[in-house]
Amino acid sequence: MNAPDRSLAAAVPDDGISPGGLLMDVRHVSLSFGGVRALTDISFDVRKGEIRAIIGPNGAGKTSMLNVINGFYTPQKGSIAFRGQERRKMKPHHAVRQGIARTFQNVALFKGMSTLDNIMAGRSVLMRSGLLWQMLWHGPALSEEIEHRRTVEEIIDFLEIEHIRRTPVGKLPYGLQKRVELGRALAMEPSLLLLDEPMAGMNLEEKEDMSRFIVEVNRQRGTTIALIEHDMGVVMDLSDRVVVLDYGRKIADGTPQSVKSDQQVIDAYLGVAH
Amino acid sequence: MKATALAGGLNTFPKYLLRNADRLGDRPAMRHKDFGIWQSWTWAEQLEEIRCLAVGLQALGLLPGDRIAVIGANRPRLYWTFAAAQSLGAIPVPVYADAVAEEMAYVLDNAGARFAVVQDQEQVDKIRSSAASIPTLTDIIYDEPRGLAGYEPAGLHAFSAVQEKGANLLRAEPELAARWKAGILDQSGEEVSVILYTSGTTGRSKGVIVKAANAVQAAVDTVGFDRLDENDSVLAYLPLAWVGDHYLNYAQGYVAGFCMSCPESAETAAQNLREIGPTFYFAPPRIFESLLTSVTIRMEDAGWLKRKLFSHFTGVAGKYGEALLEGRPVPLPGRLAYGLGNILVYAPLKNVLGFSNIRVAYTAGEAIGAELFSFFRSLGINLKQLYGQTEAFLYVTVQKDGEVRPDAVGPAAPNVDIRISDSGEVQFRSPGMFSGYFRQDGTSAETMTPDGYIKTGDAGFFETDGQLKIIDRAKDVGRLKSGALFAPKYIENTLKFFPDIREAVAFGDHRDFCAALINIDLQAMGNWAERNNIPYASYQELAGHAEVYRIIAGHVEEANRRLAHQPIMAGAQISRFLILPKELDADDGELTRTMKVRRAFVAERYAGLIEALYDGSTEKFVDIEVTFEDGRKGRIRATVKIMDARQHAPPKEMAEAAE
Repeated sequence: MNAPDRSLAAAVPDDGISPGGLLMDVRHVSLSFGGVRALTDISFDVRKGEIRAIIGPNGAGKTSMLNVINGFYTPQKGSIAFRGQERRKMKPHHAVRQGIARTFQNVALFKGMSTLDNIMAGRSVLMRSGLLWQMLWHGPALSEEIEHRRTVEEIIDFLEIEHIRRTPVGKLPYGLQKRVELGRALAMEPSLLLLDEPMAGMNLEEKEDMSRFIVEVNRQRGTTIALIEHDMGVVMDLSDRVVVLDYGRKIADGTPQSVKSDQQVIDAYLGVAH
Repeated sequence: MKATALAGGLNTFPKYLLRNADRLGDRPAMRHKDFGIWQSWTWAEQLEEIRCLAVGLQALGLLPGDRIAVIGANRPRLYWTFAAAQSLGAIPVPVYADAVAEEMAYVLDNAGARFAVVQDQEQVDKIRSSAASIPTLTDIIYDEPRGLAGYEPAGLHAFSAVQEKGANLLRAEPELAARWKAGILDQSGEEVSVILYTSGTTGRSKGVIVKAANAVQAAVDTVGFDRLDENDSVLAYLPLAWVGDHYLNYAQGYVAGFCMSCPESAETAAQNLREIGPTFYFAPPRIFESLLTSVTIRMEDAGWLKRKLFSHFTGVAGKYGEALLEGRPVPLPGRLAYGLGNILVYAPLKNVLGFSNIRVAYTAGEAIGAELFSFFRSLGINLKQLYGQTEAFLYVTVQKDGEVRPDAVGPAAPNVDIRISDSGEVQFRSPGMFSGYFRQDGTSAETMTPDGYIKTGDAGFFETDGQLKIIDRAKDVGRLKSGALFAPKYIENTLKFFPDIREAVAFGDHRDFCAALINIDLQAMGNWAERNNIPYASYQELAGHAEVYRIIAGHVEEANRRLAHQPIMAGAQISRFLILPKELDADDGELTRTMKVRRAFVAERYAGLIEALYDGSTEKFVDIEVTFEDGRKGRIRATVKIMDARQHAPPKEMAEAAE
C-alpha cells in the first residue's frame, strides 16, 4: 500500500507530561501599566490535552493575560510555571522555544507571501541548518527543507487549504487568513497553542469550520489549547474548562456548565453596576 | 497472465485490469495529488490495491450480486472500489456526493445497498442520520478518517483497514490470489457492471442497469473511434456518479489502458488540469463559457501590447484556425500568421488553460454557442460534440474529426442505430444500452419500444449531412393543423439569437399557424433608442413604439428565413407576433427562478392576447396584474399591436432534398 494514510506525523513533542497533567501554572499574576491595573492576582492552571478558555467582557484583561503567558508582557507580581519550569522574565521567542505558539486577534501574516511560505515560516524555529546553508539551499538545508515541507503539506491537508497554497495571503478573505494563521502556529508543533479570538469577525459558516479545526487539532494531535473568545456559544461548546475575567480579576473558573450558572458571571456579562 | 487465459473474451472491466497489469504493468494507471505531490500507481500496483480491497471486502461478507454504494469526490480508492466490487460479481452503485441525506437514503434503499464506500465523515453522517430508512445497509467503509475517531465502531471500517485485512489474508493463504483471479476469468459478461442513478431532474432518480459485456463493448467502440491508447491521459473531475465520468474515465481508461488523474480537491481542479495537461477532455458548455469569460476579463486587465496582440491573433485564429485544424487548404500567409500567433498567443494560452496536449475534447449536455465553440477550435483544440444518455451508457451520437459543427451533435456513434419516430422523437439501439431500471419494471417498459429501441425523450432530426440535430424535449413538440412539426424551443431560440429579443414564447400546437409573444431586451433596445434620440419612459412605452415593432418584424422575418432552411421546420414559421407590454418576470410566476419560461402559465395569463393573435385582429387591449419587486401589486393596461410577419419559402435545392 503506498497510499499514505493521513495520520499526522507532526504532533506534539513529548514533554514528559501525561495527558491531564499540569502543563502550565499561573500563580498570583498582577500586571499594571502605570496606574491602570490590567490584571490583579490571577491564578489558574492549564492541564495537558485540554481546551482551556479565557473569557470576559471587553477590557477584562483577556489579551493582556495571553500576552503575559507568551512573554510579551512581564507581570509585576506572581509567576508562571510552564512544563514545570518557573519563569518571570521572558521574551516571546523564548516562549516559542519552550513550545508556545499563538495566533493574533488581528491577523498577523506576511501579506505578500503565499500560504505555503507563511506556514513554512512557522517551521523556521525548528530549522537546524545554518543560515548560510539555507541561503545556498543545498546539502543539509535542502533535505531539511523537504522534511519540513512534508509536515507543512500535512497541515495544509488538515486545514483544507490546498487550493490557496500558492495564493498570496493578502488576497485571501478574512476567514481563510485566520485559517492560514492557525496553520502557521501549528507548524511550530507547539505544546501549548494560544488562540486570540479565533472566530472574531467570522460568519457562521466560517465559525463552524474554525470550531471543527480547533476540536480536531486538540483531539487528533493532542495539542493543548488556551483560547480567548468573545462568542459565548462557541466557548461553551468547545472548551473543557473556562476562566472568567472581569476588570482584571478572576471571577469564576470551572466547567462550562458551572461557569454558565455562576451569578457573578451572569452579572458581568449583563452589566451590573460595580 | 497469458493471452490464452482470457480466451473467453475481454467482456468485463476486471478482465481488462488483469490484462493491463500484464501488458502495461509499469505504466501509470492512476494519479492523485495528495500533500501537494502527484502520487501515482502503475497498473501492476493498481491491481495489487484492488486485489487487497476485494479480498478484504469478501472477508467482510460481500457476495456476488450485492450492491455496494460508492459516494464521494474523484479519488483513487473510490475508483478502485468499482473494480474490486466487479471482480467479486458485486455491483457498484455510484451516488452523487452532494445529494442531501434523504435523497441519498432513497437511492441507497432503492438500490438495496449492503455496503457503502464513502469519502469522509460528511458522507458517513448523512448515511447514519437516515440509517433507519436503509434497512439493507450493514457496513460503511470510509477513505478519510478525520473526525471519525469517536464514532460507534460497529459496521464502520477504515478503507486502509479493509485493504490491510485483505493483504493479510492473501499472505496467509497464497492460493487466495489465484482463486480471485479465477473468479474474474469465469465471468461471462452477463454480470451487471454498474447501476447508475439518473440525476432525477424529472421526478425520482432511477437506477440504470448496465451489463458488463455491453459496457465493455460501448467503451471498445469509442476507444477505437477516437484512437485512445495507453499514452493518453485524463483528469477525472466530474461527479463520480455521473455516467460521463464513469464512462469516459473509468470504462475507457480500463479498455484503453490510459492513466486517470484525480485532482487534489474540487477547488484545485483547474490548477491540476494545467499540471496534468490531459490528452482527452470533456466539459459541459458552461465550463468552456466560464473559461472564455475569465480569459476575456484577464485580457481586458492586461497591458496595451498584450491586448493588441490578443485581439489581432484571435482574429487570425478565427479566420484560419478551424481550417488548419480540419486540414483544409489555407494560403501560405495565413499559415505563417497562424504560426506566429501560435508562438505568441495560442500556445501560451492553451498552456495556462491546461489544454496544451489535448487531442480530443468533447462537450455535451446543452447547446453550445457557435462563437464559443469556434473560439476553442480556432486555437487548435479538437473540440467536438456528442449526444448521450445514461440509458445508452453515454454515447448515442458523436462528431467525427473534421466534420464538426456547433449546431448539431454528429452522426450515430459506432454500432449505434438511431431512428426518428413519427412523432419526431429520437430513438436508438446501442451496444452499451441499459437492460432496465433497477426495481422499476413499469418505467423500463415506458422507456423502451416493443422492438427494443430506447426513447430519448428528445425531439430531433437528421440534417442532410447526416448529423443529428436535437430541437427540443419531445413532450413539448407539437404539430400545426397542417401537420407541420412545431418545436417551440427551437423557434424561440432562433428568435432569441437576436440581441434585441430577450425572451420569446411560441404557440402553434393544434393551431392553424405559429405565433409568438416577444419581450424586447431593454438594454439593447434602450441603447438603440438613445442613439436615435427616441425618448421613452418605460419598458411598456418602448415596447409599443412603431420603430421598435419595425425592427422586431425584421428580426422575425430573418428568423423565418433561417427556419425555412431547415426542411423539417420550414412548415412552422412565425405568422404573427406581438411585443408584450411587460417583461416576463419570475415574481409574476411567468418564469421559473432559473429564468425558464413557464409556458402553460404564460398561455393562461395572456389567453386574451393569444386569442387575438389567432382571430386576425390588429390590436388588443390588455389589463394585467403585476407584482413589483417590493411585493406591491399594480396593474398594466395597454393596447398591444399585433403584426403579421413575412414568411419564406424553403430554398429550392432544400425543397428538393426534402422530397
